[in-house]
This record gives sequence, structure tokens and C-alpha cells, in this order.
Amino acid sequence: MAQTEKWIKSFEHFSKKITDEKSFLNELDSAIGDGDHGSNLTRGVAAVNEKLEQQSYDNLSDLFKDIGMVLVSKVGGASGPLYGSAFISMAKQSKESDDISSLLSSGLDGITKRGKAETGEKTMVDVWAPAVDALKEGTLDQSVIDSALESTKDMKATKGRASYLGDRSIGHIDPGAQSSAYFFESLLEAGVTDE
Amino acid sequence: MSKSYGVLLVSHVERVATGLKQLLDQVASDVTIKTAGGTEDGDVGTSFDLISETLESFEEDHILCFYDLGSAKMNLDMATEMTEKNVEILNTAFIEGAYTTASLLQADVPLDNIKEQISKLVIKE
Repeated sequence: MAQTEKWIKSFEHFSKKITDEKSFLNELDSAIGDGDHGSNLTRGVAAVNEKLEQQSYDNLSDLFKDIGMVLVSKVGGASGPLYGSAFISMAKQSKESDDISSLLSSGLDGITKRGKAETGEKTMVDVWAPAVDALKEGTLDQSVIDSALESTKDMKATKGRASYLGDRSIGHIDPGAQSSAYFFESLLEAGVTDE
Repeated sequence: MSKSYGVLLVSHVERVATGLKQLLDQVASDVTIKTAGGTEDGDVGTSFDLISETLESFEEDHILCFYDLGSAKMNLDMATEMTEKNVEILNTAFIEGAYTTASLLQADVPLDNIKEQISKLVIKE
């Protein structure tokens, strides 16, 4: 299967997980944020799916750019510019290479640049960074994703809406890390990570 | 357009943004002050599209922006990267920073002096 088809497949998996787990993501976000992460992302992926149905793609750059711009426009919360920036960075990088680890590494750069976040701050970066590292090593699997996600539980949030809670943010899984875990699971399921 | 600078207020809630504009208009009637509050559906959040459209709608080419919380900043950053206008995002306390700036613009105080004065109000990175 061509890379573009695998990525579209992967986005379908991601959309389904987000939509199915909308309430769960909202619940995670209610504990430490504003409670709309699931609703916002669901609105975003629905708009992306609408776009993908109307359009056909023969290269990754156009695909990523469209996904990114729709997410930026439609999500409404912080995850719009963050996921959007990831895809827009990947769109640029895909003109150089379609290697999965270099693509996702630029996606991560897009996120950290936009959100000015580092690892350990209880954000989506805490899933993206270890997942990208594992991709570079060729060792990304479900267990890497699970343990990265779980690690956000004991962190104290210092970025994002949860940071207003200080120590009270400890003990909860970060909602952005959870949706990012779905994102990487979808890549595995769609075979994007297969050589 | 009677001043060189426009002011844009970005909030997660439309009425927070329009309420702040109401406060600013009282001291800065000759300054163009516009708002981009809430999402396009009127929900709580910020909208990249709404911020971009509002930036483009200014006659002024130099726009000073104030915002409430972090994700508003991210959408503002993206909109700033995509416009031809000269946009400055000020990281001050939302109300105090915008109020001070609007009052000083009304009094034709030079921008450098305004920035110096509001530098004490910077509370966001």
C-alpha cells in the first residue's frame, strides 16, 4: 500500500478512537482542565474526514497540510494549533523524506515550538517524545505508548490549563497525552510504521 | 482610522472580549479596538479563523494584541505567522495591559514608551 493510503487509514483509526472515546477524553480533561478535549477533537476529526472524502491525494505533503489546516480551524481548544502544527510541520518535512521517524520527529518539533513545552510538563509531548525516540530505534510498540501515557499520571503540570492546578494536577492522566496515545496506536494499526 | 495602531482583544469567551472593549472604549474613543472572542459557534474557546479575519479587517497595519489564556496565544501566533500585517502579541495581564495601552495610545504616547510602561504587567511568557 502506498504511504498516503496508509496515512489516510491511520487517520481513520485515529478519528474512530477519538470519536468513540469522546466522553472519556472529556472526563480526563474535566479532572485537570476545561473538560472539552474529547468534544473539540471529535469536531476536528469529523471536519478532516469530510475534507478527505472530497479530495484525493497522491502525496503526503498535500494530505498533511489539509489535515493540519482543518484541525487548526475547527478544533477550538489548544489541541487545534498543537495537532495542526504537528501536521503542518510534517507536510514540510515530507517534501524531504517520507521516512516515518523523520516525519514524526518534525511533527514533534511543530508541537514543542507551538506550545513551548518540554518533556516532563504533563502534556502530549510526554507521549510524542518517547514514541518518536522509539520510532528512531525501530522499537515503537503498544508497551512504549502505554508506559509513556502512564508516566503522565504522576507528573505535575507546568504547561497548559492543568498548570493552574499545580500539585492538584498530580494523579491524573493528561488528556492530550491520551489522545496522542490513540494517535500512535493508530499508526501501528494502519501499518504506517512497517518498513 | 485616527491612530497608527489598532488593538485586538482575544478571549476564550466572546463577552469577556466585548466587555473589555467596552471598558477600553471609555478611555480610548479614537483607538480602533476589535475583539475575537470565543469560537465561531459561540462556544468557549478561541478560533484561528476568527482571529485571522479580525486581524485582516483592521485598516491599521500595526496591531497590538492582548489575550487571556495560553491556547489563545497559540492561535494568535499562527494567525500572526500567516498575515502580512505587523502584529505584536503582548504577554501582559489581559485587562490591565490592554487598558494601559489603549489609554496611552489615545494620548499619542510613542509605542516604545507604552511598551516600557506595560513591561511591569507582563505575566505570561
